[in-house]
Amino acid sequence: MYVAVKGGERAIDNAHRLLAHARRGERAVPEISLEQISEQLSLGVDRVMVEGSLYDRELAALAIKQARGDLIEAIFLLRAFRATLPRFGATLPLDTGAMAVRRRISSTFKDIPGGQILGPTFDYTHRLLDPALAENSDPELPATAAPSDAPMPRVTDILGRDGLIEGSPAADDDAIVGDLTRDPLSFPADRDLRLQNLARGDEGFLLSLAYSSQRGYGRNHPFAGEIRFGEVELEFFAEDAGFAVPLGPIALTETQMVNQFKGSATEAPCFTRGYGLAFGQSERKAMAMALVDRALRARELGEEAEAPAQDEEFVMSHSDNVQATGFVEHLKLPHYVDFQSELGLLRRLRQDFEDKAADAPLKEAAE
Amino acid sequence: MAVLVRASAAEIEDLLGALALPAGEDLRQPENGLVMVRGRIGGDGAAFNLGEATVSRAAVRLPGGEVGFGYTLGRDRAKARLIARCDALLQTDQADAIETKVLAPLRVRIAAEQACRAEQTAATKVDFYTLVRGE
Repeated sequence: MYVAVKGGERAIDNAHRLLAHARRGERAVPEISLEQISEQLSLGVDRVMVEGSLYDRELAALAIKQARGDLIEAIFLLRAFRATLPRFGATLPLDTGAMAVRRRISSTFKDIPGGQILGPTFDYTHRLLDPALAENSDPELPATAAPSDAPMPRVTDILGRDGLIEGSPAADDDAIVGDLTRDPLSFPADRDLRLQNLARGDEGFLLSLAYSSQRGYGRNHPFAGEIRFGEVELEFFAEDAGFAVPLGPIALTETQMVNQFKGSATEAPCFTRGYGLAFGQSERKAMAMALVDRALRARELGEEAEAPAQDEEFVMSHSDNVQATGFVEHLKLPHYVDFQSELGLLRRLRQDFEDKAADAPLKEAAE
Repeated sequence: MAVLVRASAAEIEDLLGALALPAGEDLRQPENGLVMVRGRIGGDGAAFNLGEATVSRAAVRLPGGEVGFGYTLGRDRAKARLIARCDALLQTDQADAIETKVLAPLRVRIAAEQACRAEQTAATKVDFYTLVRGE
C-alpha cells in the first residue's frame, strides 16, 4: 500500500514570499538594477554565462539578482532557461587569432609579436582593501596610447612554425562534433567532448584539479604560452539566407598551456599543449581548463594515468555544478519513508545484538 | 550586417525611421532561439562545442518582393526585424540611402568606440627596458 502525505503548500507559498522579501533586503536601500550587475559585477556575470553555458549578459545578470548573488543557483536558472528555446544550429568555429585583443600576455616569450598587453587585470595589485570604494567612486579615465597595427599571432602558432610544439588535432569541418547536451556521456570521451564538459564545468572544481596536477598528482607544470582576452566576431551559416551572417561580437578568454615534451622513434620531441576557452573575462577558469585538458590527455600521450586530474570519467562525471548541487542538495528533500525503513532495520539489528548478549552468559554457565 | 548587429534597435529605428521607406511584411515572425558557439581545439584545430548563445532572427519581404534576413545575438526580436528590413532594402534602389543614412553613421560611431578601446588597451602594453649593473 502507498499512502501519499500531502501538506506544506501554504508553508511553501509563504516561504517563497519571505524569500522575495529577503532578496529585496532593506527597502530603504535602492534596488540593484540589471545594468548595475552587468556593468559593475561583470566577472560574476561572466562566470554565470560560462558555467550556465549560455552567452547572454542580461539574462545572467537577472539570474544573479534572482539568486541573491548565489552564483551556482544563478547558473542553475540559466541552464533551465536555455532548455526553453529552440536551437537554430551551430556557429562557424570562431577564430581567436582575429580577436580584438583587450589583454594578451605570454610567460614564455618576453618579446612576442604584438607585445605584452596587460589590459584590465588584478595582477600586480597589492590585494589591499581600498576604503575609497566604500563611497561612490569616480576613477580617472584610462590612459591612452597609439595602438599598433602589428598582428598578434597566437604564441603556439609561432612555436608551431619551427615544429617545436605539437599541432592541434586537424580540423575536419565535415566531422560530427560531439555534444553532451544532446547525447549522454560515455567513456572514453574524445577531446571535443572533454573540452565542452570542462568549458561548462565548475571553476572551483577545475581549479583544485589543476592545482593538484601542478603539485604532483599527474606531473603537469606547464608554461602559460599565452592568455588572451577580447572580442571575437561570431558567424552563423543561415540556411534561409544561404550564406554566413554575422551575429555580433562575443567576449572570450583563451589560454594556451605549453607542457613538456613528447617524442618517439619516428618523431622528434616537441612541446605538448593544453587548451582553455571561456566566455567573458574568465582567466582563472580558462587556465584551470587548459591544465586539466592537458592532464586528461595522459592516455593519448602514453603517460601513466594515476592521478584524479588524469581520470576522465572522474573529472567529467563530477565537473558539472548543477548536477553536483542537485545530488548533494536533494538530501534536503523528505526521505521520511527511506529513513523509517533504515530505522526499522537498525532496531532489528540492535534487538539481535541484545538477544545474543543475553544468551552468552547462559551458554557459558551451561558449559 | 556586421555594423547593424553592433547597433541597438533604437539606433537603427531612429535612422531608418527618418527615411520613410516601406516596412514590408514578416516572411518569418521574429523569434528567439539559441546557437551553439563552436571553438577550435588549440585555437586552430578541430571544432568543439563551447556553449550556447541567445539569438534572434527574422525575415521580411518588401512590396517589391525583395526578401531580407536578420540575425543578431541577444533576445531583441525588433532588432532582428530591423536588420532584416535593412537587408531587404539594400537590394532595392534605396540601397544608397541605407548605406549613407543608416550604415555610415553607425559605422562612424562604432569605429570611434573601437578606436577608443584600442587606445586604452595600447596604453597597457609593456615596454621592457634593461638595467645595466656594474661595469
